[in-house]
Amino acid sequence: MNFDLNKKKLREVNNYLQNIDRKDNKRKFELSNPQGQHAICVGLKDEIDVTIKGHTGYYCAGMNQKANITVHGNVGTGVAENMMSGKVIIKGNASQSAGATGNGGTLIIEGDASSRCGISMKGINILVKGSVGHMSAFMAQKGNLIVFGDADSDLGDSIYEAKIFVKGKVKSLGADCVEKKMDEKNINELNKIFKELNISEDPKKFKRYGSARKLYHFKIDNLSSY
Amino acid sequence: MKKDLKEFKTFPSSVIKEIHRAANEGIYKIRGLGAKRKVPDFDDLVFLGASMSRYPLEGYREKCNTSVILGDRFAKKPIKLDIPITIAGMSFGALGANAKEALGRGASAMGTSTTTGDGGMTKEERSSSKYLIYQLLPSRYGMNPEDLRKADAIEVVVGQGAKPGGGGMLLGQKINKRVAAMRTLPEGIDQRSACRHPDWTGPDDLEIKIQELREITNWEKPIYVKVGAARPYYDTTLAIKAGADVVVLDGMQGGTAATQDVFIEHVGIPTLGALRESVDALKELNMHRKVQLIISGGIRTGADVAKALAMGADAVSIGSAAMMALNCNADLYREDYEKLGTEPGFCHHCHTGKCPVGVATQDPVLEKRLNPVDGGKRLKNYLSTLTLELQTLARANGKSDVRNLEPEDLAALTVEAAAMARVPLAGTDWIPGFKKY
Repeated sequence: MNFDLNKKKLREVNNYLQNIDRKDNKRKFELSNPQGQHAICVGLKDEIDVTIKGHTGYYCAGMNQKANITVHGNVGTGVAENMMSGKVIIKGNASQSAGATGNGGTLIIEGDASSRCGISMKGINILVKGSVGHMSAFMAQKGNLIVFGDADSDLGDSIYEAKIFVKGKVKSLGADCVEKKMDEKNINELNKIFKELNISEDPKKFKRYGSARKLYHFKIDNLSSY
Repeated sequence: MKKDLKEFKTFPSSVIKEIHRAANEGIYKIRGLGAKRKVPDFDDLVFLGASMSRYPLEGYREKCNTSVILGDRFAKKPIKLDIPITIAGMSFGALGANAKEALGRGASAMGTSTTTGDGGMTKEERSSSKYLIYQLLPSRYGMNPEDLRKADAIEVVVGQGAKPGGGGMLLGQKINKRVAAMRTLPEGIDQRSACRHPDWTGPDDLEIKIQELREITNWEKPIYVKVGAARPYYDTTLAIKAGADVVVLDGMQGGTAATQDVFIEHVGIPTLGALRESVDALKELNMHRKVQLIISGGIRTGADVAKALAMGADAVSIGSAAMMALNCNADLYREDYEKLGTEPGFCHHCHTGKCPVGVATQDPVLEKRLNPVDGGKRLKNYLSTLTLELQTLARANGKSDVRNLEPEDLAALTVEAAAMARVPLAGTDWIPGFKKY
């Protein structure tokens, strides 16, 4: 089923996709002419496949539950923000705060992601095939940020229990973020994620980063870190 | 022999004591609740009452409407409250589950709303609250679309009066298993609540964020924007521009669960002046009563509520006072106050998790001291008292609807209050800084 956003209002399209008639067998949808509109495919909650042909604005696939959404284009700020489950694939590049506060599901960005990718993430898996901007995984709580390219400055600043894997160079690490040993368990974890997503990549080429846990309790001795 | 003692004006004993403490500990003080310093407030205003030119309404006989509709600018399902007094956002984590339930019970019994907080929505508060406002905070702890759809309105929190520009820190001693799970963080560690939202900055972005929230919730829920009293004129203007249905403005007397004392006492402006600025912005944009204004920060009595409405607010919100209705600072369990180094009436130890009366705690033993049913009844009684006082004052000024109260019903007792509230100093027609043309 095709929706042309030149002809149909976004509210009507989102409303249709948010309230799928389960007696109906329609499960695959295509959206054309998104033309950078904001809030496309937000709040979806059914196992459906949506393909968006073109570039989207802010918060595409925001708060997604269960849906598989693929964007053949670039996306604006906050793609898949606070996603709970499902899968979102971006064929192009993503602007800042991609996957912000995501609780679950998988976000794959085939191009680059700008600053603060995975900020305050809470369980989502984010895979960036290109590079990520500064302050990525800032205050990240849980989940995995996997970067196939490079990471800009202050990676993982004030990180909690999320894990960061980077194959390329890291310009600098943020407060309380340190390189950690890439052990067998971590290699198996990455292998499992790659296998599930049909990605052919060697986990051993990645370095792992995470929290030194020195800022978990406020201590005056850590004043220079704040 | 009487000693010839003269205290330093610049260094009184309280200041010297604080310098000694800082020198010993090397860290600022963190505490709960709101500003303790004296600032101009609603006590500095009086109502004029009826006279030859104003006819009073009969007490106990003639009706005085207290209901208010919030969020009818864009939302398909605005909220109609029976009284213009709402319960402010307070987090599960800062407060225990029993306290959250008690707030819901008391508010619902009076036909008004309560609000979630940092940490998400608990099932206790949803089931006990007739109208529940769901906060979208920078931390997004516990935020999920299911709860968003269950809410009656959504409040985007930009700041709060106790600490405009500050985030928060729920100290590890209050993080039990349930709180930790709701926030997706390990048990027992300090939890930082961010001071900025992770996916938007500035009013242009906020407009798009609000659009997203409306799209997710079918444009049904009213969207509130809450700001601390920093630059209320501009913040109100920008919130309206961003598409808010309701602006919530929290003055510097507003409370907090845990913030640096220096922040509480030295950042933000008093509720009285902030309210005036915000109403100015609404009126200049011709949006007064179209976008509703909820004012909070130090509201304690029906007189405070009436004065806030007379100055142009549509409703008020109470946090600290609601906690007090649940027994915060009550003269009970004195020995536990003493263990904290304080006394009933002076306690601000919400941050410790050792609340003697079981309100601001996650300790299962302490929490049992607050029965949510009894607490709900006390809050209902308190709200009922405020409402009766509000109606009494409205009738005395000849108003059959509390929102018909107006600045012309007020006079100021101090020059400062006259300037801030822009009402004449009592016995004069003088409003400092305001010229009549």
